[in-house]
Amino acid sequence: MSAFEISIRPFGVHAILIEWPSQVEEVILDDILRFTRYLNEASLKDENWEVVPAYNSVTLIQREYPIDFNEFEIKLKKWYGEAKEMATHKKYLWRLPVCYDSEFAIDLPEVASYLNLSESEVIQLHTSHIYTLYCIGFLPGFMYLGGLPKDLEIPRRPQPRGRVLKGAVGLAGKQTGIYPQQSPGGWNIIGNCSVPMFDPKKEEPCFISVGDKVQFYSIEKAEYDLHKIEGEVGIYKLEKIELDA
Amino acid sequence: MLKVLKAGLFTTIQDQGRYGFLNKGVPVAGYMDTFSATKINALLENKKEDAVMEMTMTGPTLQFERATFIAIGGANISATLNNNEVANYKVLKIGKGDILSFGKLESGFRGYLAVKNGFQAPIVLGSRSFFSSITKKNHLQDRDVVDYIETAVFNPKITELRLDSFLGENLLKVSAGPEYELLNDKQLEWLFSKEFTVSNENNRMAYQLEEKIPGHEISMLTSATLPGTVQLTPSGKIMVLMKDGQTTGGYPRILQLSDKAISIMAQKKYGDKVRFKLK
Repeated sequence: MSAFEISIRPFGVHAILIEWPSQVEEVILDDILRFTRYLNEASLKDENWEVVPAYNSVTLIQREYPIDFNEFEIKLKKWYGEAKEMATHKKYLWRLPVCYDSEFAIDLPEVASYLNLSESEVIQLHTSHIYTLYCIGFLPGFMYLGGLPKDLEIPRRPQPRGRVLKGAVGLAGKQTGIYPQQSPGGWNIIGNCSVPMFDPKKEEPCFISVGDKVQFYSIEKAEYDLHKIEGEVGIYKLEKIELDA
Repeated sequence: MLKVLKAGLFTTIQDQGRYGFLNKGVPVAGYMDTFSATKINALLENKKEDAVMEMTMTGPTLQFERATFIAIGGANISATLNNNEVANYKVLKIGKGDILSFGKLESGFRGYLAVKNGFQAPIVLGSRSFFSSITKKNHLQDRDVVDYIETAVFNPKITELRLDSFLGENLLKVSAGPEYELLNDKQLEWLFSKEFTVSNENNRMAYQLEEKIPGHEISMLTSATLPGTVQLTPSGKIMVLMKDGQTTGGYPRILQLSDKAISIMAQKKYGDKVRFKLK
């Protein structure tokens, strides 16, 4: 049931931006993904289209030729109407292992004291909530997750670090996430995920898609080390649960 | 094999770019100056997906170990083949052991070298374009080797292109970006009346400009960005995203460069001036 007022605008000559109301809402994300699925499966099968969903928007990028915007806008409106017949895309809940050991959780003591919680309460809160993936960007495989409990909201660090480890799990503002590769970063680091979020050696380098859900679970250092070895030889197993549409 | 005797400042292999993974946060990459790179590929009658070498300011010194044909283009970096000056946009015959080197930067910023049938750097996620965290190398280093296919005979339809150089152009043609309408009159006036200087913060990801325009307090949800997207930070700093730029961003996207303007920008270096002109 597509029921939103959408805006369709040109974004240069090679792209079109479609926007929904500017809110972080799951019903909006579901509507975007329903439409995205319709476009991918029905009308934009041509491989020269890239479809990038994020929060309240989807950007369609045509790599080969300039888009005739006026003509395409009419088609998109028609397709948006047709897409409401479509079921929502399949969603998965991914359970991701995180080691909250002090070796990785370099900011956990500070985070706990800022939030007036014990370290184990921070971990308990972080692992008990289910997060929604609203966008992938910034770095290959970097997740923008929504749904962080208010009790875990903490500002980003005043001075970003020059180097944050690959797999580092952080908190910043209303967000939590994983650094998919070593990079500079300003998030408060509370653990490390043993599963690579991006692996260029795989045909599908990033297993997760916008709209999926994430839940973290706590693992011991020994299990973390085992996952790491499994990851290197490419036999790590991911826990995923198919959710009802 | 092509032997990299000296790598130069920042030399990479680039093709049209890496598509199909933008929704997973993978930047397009690919040659920064599409205009120049595609011209030399065309001279060699290469396929459009064939990879070229991109060099930045200081070119490499290269030794060819097999016969082939090459063409160079983009920036003028005083190229010599076995110590004889060679011109841009001309098909050159290469013999075993020939040495191509580059000297003083005369104009532009990024030079290109195409070889018959393209450089055979490994294909990762559908592209040979170097990008850190995706490909093994993010730039070539001294003593690296790059593979290419031997070609003894080639009769080009055209042996030389005469192009009006665009390297001195500084007018960037743009269209309105998605958040253009949120700009106020003062910001618009500054944006289109001022000349902007390329800051030393410029690379394959983005070009920052030195002069600021009045800032803003616009807050928006993170959304897709493209090569050529011009972002405005709250403090009024202007950033032009380039080929390695991130796929999403949270700053207002005020302008979008035309394809040609991206090529013009790619040839600018620290201290060069640019202006924006709405199409």
